[in-house]
Amino acid sequence: MPYTAATVQLLSPEGKLVHSDASEQFIPYVDKLSDDALQEFHRHMVVMRRFDIEAANLQRQGQLALWVPSHGQEAAQVGSALAAKPQDHLFPSYREHVIALMRGVDPITILSMFRGLSHGGWDPKDHSNFHLYTLVIGSQTLHATGYAMGMNLEGRSGTGNPDTDAAVMVYFGDGSTSQGDVSEAMVFAASYQTPQVFFLQNNHWAISVPVSRQSRTPLYLRGEGFGIPSVQIDGNDVLASFAVSQANLDAARSGEGPRFIEALTYRMGAHTTSDDPSKYRDNSELEFWAQRDPITRFETYLRGRGASDDFFAEIATEGDDLAADIRKRITELPVPASSTLFDHVYSDPHPVMDAQRQALADFEASFEEGN
Amino acid sequence: MTETMTMAKALNEGLRAALSSDSKVLLMGEDIGPLGGVFRVTEGLQAEFGDKRVIDTPLAESGIVGTAIGLAMSGFRPVCEIQFDGFIFPGFDQITSQLAKLTARHEGTLQMPVVIRVPYGGHIGAVEHHQESPEAYFAHTAGLRLLSPATPHDAYWMIQEAITSNDPVMFFEPKSRYWQKGEVDRESAGIAAHSSRVVRDGTEVTLVGHGAIVSMLLQAAVVAAEEGTSIEVIDLRSLSPIDYDPIVASAQKTGRVVVVQEAPGNVSVGSEVAATVAERAFYSLEAPVLRVSGYDLPFPPAKLESVYLPSVDRILDAVDRALAY
Repeated sequence: MPYTAATVQLLSPEGKLVHSDASEQFIPYVDKLSDDALQEFHRHMVVMRRFDIEAANLQRQGQLALWVPSHGQEAAQVGSALAAKPQDHLFPSYREHVIALMRGVDPITILSMFRGLSHGGWDPKDHSNFHLYTLVIGSQTLHATGYAMGMNLEGRSGTGNPDTDAAVMVYFGDGSTSQGDVSEAMVFAASYQTPQVFFLQNNHWAISVPVSRQSRTPLYLRGEGFGIPSVQIDGNDVLASFAVSQANLDAARSGEGPRFIEALTYRMGAHTTSDDPSKYRDNSELEFWAQRDPITRFETYLRGRGASDDFFAEIATEGDDLAADIRKRITELPVPASSTLFDHVYSDPHPVMDAQRQALADFEASFEEGN
Repeated sequence: MTETMTMAKALNEGLRAALSSDSKVLLMGEDIGPLGGVFRVTEGLQAEFGDKRVIDTPLAESGIVGTAIGLAMSGFRPVCEIQFDGFIFPGFDQITSQLAKLTARHEGTLQMPVVIRVPYGGHIGAVEHHQESPEAYFAHTAGLRLLSPATPHDAYWMIQEAITSNDPVMFFEPKSRYWQKGEVDRESAGIAAHSSRVVRDGTEVTLVGHGAIVSMLLQAAVVAAEEGTSIEVIDLRSLSPIDYDPIVASAQKTGRVVVVQEAPGNVSVGSEVAATVAERAFYSLEAPVLRVSGYDLPFPPAKLESVYLPSVDRILDAVDRALAY
């Protein structure tokens, strides 16, 4: 199966701490974590999974046009996001729902995109520098690299001040590694030595196409090929995801140039609610990954450290409350007024927008009584 | 007080003025540093402003545009040089799917002040992919603005206005005009960038065009005048949005309009002008609006480009046909 001797794993699927040549340098990053901090990791993963299940239910009930499940990828996302500092800029693809929530995006804003009410709509400046989703595969890697080039030009990293030095982290998937933009992003990042971490979630499937069709070499070696120090981790191990992300973000922030992390994980569900994984993949594979579930192993670990039943009950309730909240609010979301269509296509005044906004208003008014 | 200079020099001076007045302005592109660009439009600018303001990039157009988007997100105003018209297409996805849409996707909280300079058009005898006129692809895309200067004066001012625009601007530079000299008034632009302009008054037929074609329209007008026909010439200058009022006013005066462009005619900027004139000046027209364009072909090998591209003779032929109605 996919793990190799080079794969960094700090917590085994059985919930035991792992000591290996690959993991040793990262142990200090988790040794310093308190029980409260570790429980926070778990809370994010559990609440996220409940949100994800509720969103899929809402799609099945016709309240969303589509849902993009993240079930199975919680550890990769939560660990890496907790390693990021508030001043870091995170560029997601479109499956990083938990990171959106962690950086302060209202979950209903995420759902409004899948209900057909917006194409984004949050301001990254007001949401802890969490940028908008990008649906064209891999395009965001170039935006992230450009942003990191700007950080270099402005001296926003590498000053030695850990409170202000910043980096960029960009999320993308195994399918996107075949896109030219991802390669171009790595060329530019290496060329300009940007303060940035490429965080690849290899969930093994690009809709119905296995990662073996994208690459005959382990994907973290792609980064090495561009001259970017790269590492492969067990992406279902939230401790590895946190520790390795923190080490690499620290390097990027301190001016050592870009880094590349491949997190081995698995998309337990469909690519989106529009496809049927039973048509293209084996149950045995699903079973293999179910035994490596990120939440189950971390619960075992936390229980071993003395976490109480009350804690687990409490976060389950938090998840249920969030699910109830989005279920209630989703049907209350208003459809934007038709005139708003023209509002933000351009920043500066534009005569075509003005004329067409007026033409639409006149047309709609022509149906009113008395006209 | 005016100065005489080539369009390439006028662009160089316009870029220098923009770099001087706003520290957030960056130039980026292939070979724009020590070489000064393949057309020398950025000559001397890296030496003057440094390699953090005038940035030689890896050879990847999607990479140039995609990183320019990220730079704009972080507060810069990047000006990208695409080396030749036919090389815009590796960047097409980032321009049309990302750059053009990001302000709307952010519901107005993000501006995208990115300029993409594209040397375009034929008449230079170059190899394949070096003489094309791809402006219609971008005029079709909401969220972009398109400008194309025809004179050194306009080049000097319009590039600066493009850079101060808070919207993305595709800036099409008529490369066959790079080396032609004209008067530049550095005191006053005289007219806003997104305006079309009557550049020769006439009464019987209106010729409309943009970029390098404008000088050909003026030549045609001189020949026609010798034959007793009075021609009005309009320089579009802005291809998106198009400033129709001067065109419609001229159509109402002359009743005959011929639209000329180097690009293939099918689904082109000229098609849009023709359709709009027909809509807005229908009762004034004495003849259908005619188009003279590149044929609907891939741009031909250079020895045949004079056949493919509009010429003074083809324009005068269209003028005669318009007058015959």
